[in-house]
Amino acid sequence: MPLLEVDNDKCVGCGNCVDVCPFGALSLDGDKVVVNDKCTDCGACIDACPTMALSLPQRPAVKTEDTGQYSGVWVWIEIFNKQITDNSAEILGQGRVLADARRMALTACVLGHDVGHIAKDAISFGADRVLLADDPSLDVYRNAPYAAIIIDLARRHKPEIFLFGASSRGRDLAGSVATDLYAGLTADCTGLDIDPEKGLLVQTRPAFGGNIMAMIICPDHRPQMATVRHRVFEKPLVDMERRGEIISIGPSMTEEQISTRVTGFIQETDKVNLANARVIVSGGRGVGGPEGFEPLKKLADVLGGTIGASRSAVDAGWISYDHQVGQTGRTVRPDMYIACGISGAVQHQAGMKTSKVIVAINKNPDAPIFDIAHFGIVGDLFKIVPALTEQFKKRLSA
Amino acid sequence: MNIIVCIKQVPGITDVQIDPEDNTLVRENIPSIVNPFDMYAIEEGLRLKEAHGGRVTVISMGPPQVASALKDALGMGADDAVLLTDRAFAGADSWATAYTLSLAVKMMGEFDIIICGRQAIDGDTGQVGPGLARQLGINQLTYISKIKEIDPSGKTITVERLLEEGREIVEAGLPALITVVKDINQPRLATVANIRKASRIKIKVMSAADLTGVDVNRLGINGSPTKVIKIFSPPKREGILELIKADNINEAAIQLVDRIMAEKIL
Ligand SMILES: Cc1cc2nc3c(=O)[nH]c(=O)nc-3n(C[C@H](O)[C@H](O)[C@H](O)COP(=O)(O)OP(=O)(O)OC[C@H]3O[C@@H](n4cnc5c(N)ncnc54)[C@H](O)[C@@H]3O)c2cc1C
Ligand SMILES: Nc1ncnc2c1ncn2[C@@H]1O[C@H](COP(=O)(O)O)[C@@H](O)[C@H]1O
Repeated sequence: MPLLEVDNDKCVGCGNCVDVCPFGALSLDGDKVVVNDKCTDCGACIDACPTMALSLPQRPAVKTEDTGQYSGVWVWIEIFNKQITDNSAEILGQGRVLADARRMALTACVLGHDVGHIAKDAISFGADRVLLADDPSLDVYRNAPYAAIIIDLARRHKPEIFLFGASSRGRDLAGSVATDLYAGLTADCTGLDIDPEKGLLVQTRPAFGGNIMAMIICPDHRPQMATVRHRVFEKPLVDMERRGEIISIGPSMTEEQISTRVTGFIQETDKVNLANARVIVSGGRGVGGPEGFEPLKKLADVLGGTIGASRSAVDAGWISYDHQVGQTGRTVRPDMYIACGISGAVQHQAGMKTSKVIVAINKNPDAPIFDIAHFGIVGDLFKIVPALTEQFKKRLSA
Repeated sequence: MNIIVCIKQVPGITDVQIDPEDNTLVRENIPSIVNPFDMYAIEEGLRLKEAHGGRVTVISMGPPQVASALKDALGMGADDAVLLTDRAFAGADSWATAYTLSLAVKMMGEFDIIICGRQAIDGDTGQVGPGLARQLGINQLTYISKIKEIDPSGKTITVERLLEEGREIVEAGLPALITVVKDINQPRLATVANIRKASRIKIKVMSAADLTGVDVNRLGINGSPTKVIKIFSPPKREGILELIKADNINEAAIQLVDRIMAEKIL
């Protein structure tokens, strides 16, 4: 039931809108456009129409509070093993850029136990102020106690923009916070900018498995919330001279009020940490079997990289699911992604095509992986991968 | 146990091709499928029912044709299906979707667990699950790769959560909402018997007017804080491929390593 309306008196049947619709929801019937059920009311067609024949119903301004009361950019700091994650450091860097553009302060929310040093890290990465909740109940991330504090703080201080990592924890937390604050939350942003005219946060993100990009704003609700993937923004330089204010706050829930407990942690056996890997050597059906990953592992070892895989290799049982890259696996953005014996189906590409350098090794010169690769060799991976390993060994030890 | 599974119908990106000419989607005949992650959610619900008894209710919000996704779930063995469909729901973002689902769930009586997929493959947000849990005021456990133990009478659950660095074991009180990842199970196929049974099950259809306590200002496009202002194709990478050609493998390897070293990424 699309909301999109066509003014038949204005429609000239030019077909511009049909071409721009990402969902195949528009077609021409004679010289008038018709909308089918695939329409998602995304609005992409509205600007494409030269005669302004297309429209979506005007949204009533549902503002309950004056958005002008809100001020400041906030970042939730993710901590693992008592260290600030790179993802959070990167977001502080971009948060600084946004805060400067808005001439506002940058605040970091640090929650944990024995994490005073993280508050200092946050300042050296660009924060002006840290809200620090240091309590045994916050030792390991848990949704309820973390969400309670963040929601309390946001209600009290009214930040204009609030950023989180698009990690498992970050998404878990941001989803709860946005719900209680009735705030718009844009997932997995790859771009965050300030609209110079209105001062709104313009959020750019991939959708539809990375096949289209969407620009999103939150005009009437505050804070404007977003999650940001690892390695989208540069990690800022550390400035040990920077000074900032650290404000200590108490927890919002007592241990008795929290009905979840984290009782164990299983470090991934062979440490598959695809999200943080700088180099990923990935194998597909072309590796032929579990033993086919051996030469890839040797190459990965030389490069200090991690092993990835296509779904076909995972489904065949050659390697565990933790390694799967793609739409139903992990999304990665390493400095270098080496695809060996992977055809490069859209679902695989969805998880890796923003890698900085993509290298493809495939027997078939027509494999779609070559469409997105920066460097390619057509040939047998079992010959090429060992040869590459040798060369890298020589060059990197030199 | 009363088990609720939330499913979404999405365009089957399976068959989506990128037009090499202008890097846009070839969008003809995109079929609609049940979001792949929701298949694991349905399967997990059915397994819980098989182990502990009870009923599995699938619920989906969307246009009327979403009934076919619900039928698929019934064909796998779900017992009841609820379809939330109304013009007022159209254009909902994750906030409005979670709000709408929560109103329907509140009308469904006692439940032990709600299961969602980790994310929908069209929007890729993964926010509806957490939003729904929060609206209902229940525990949320996201990215679950295994239910280790569940005790419906003692009202506890122990799960494994898949995080970037490893797997975390978490115990929580029920009712809870979990979102599941792919390695939790292998979804079953629909059976002829279940499909036949499914054809006799009447899908319960609800509109905005049927939702107790609804605030119509929070539904659909009007209730959605986020607003899409522009959709565009990702910048295309034209002619970026440098194909390494050499007389022998070693020569090719040397050339490739040269090029990669020149990128200064290692
Ligand atoms: C809903 C859905 C979700 C999906 N999600 C994902 C996902 O998350 N990740 C994913 O990867 N896939 C996913 N897929 C599957 C995807 O569509 C492809 O089927 C899969 O990626 C193919 O894997 P592959 O490239 O390893 O295998 P193939 O397509 O079979 O390709 C094997 C390649 O290896 C080459 N080759 C063979 N032998 C050699 C050799 N000796 N040397 C060099 N090259 C060789 C061949 O030329 C061929 O190009 C999904 C599919 C669906 C429907
Ligand atoms: N319209 C909907 N109806 C029912 N469940 C939904 C709907 N949208 C999302 N969900 C559930 O929420 C999960 C996450 O979706 P999303 O937040 O859109 O990525 C899905 O896997 C479904 O389980």
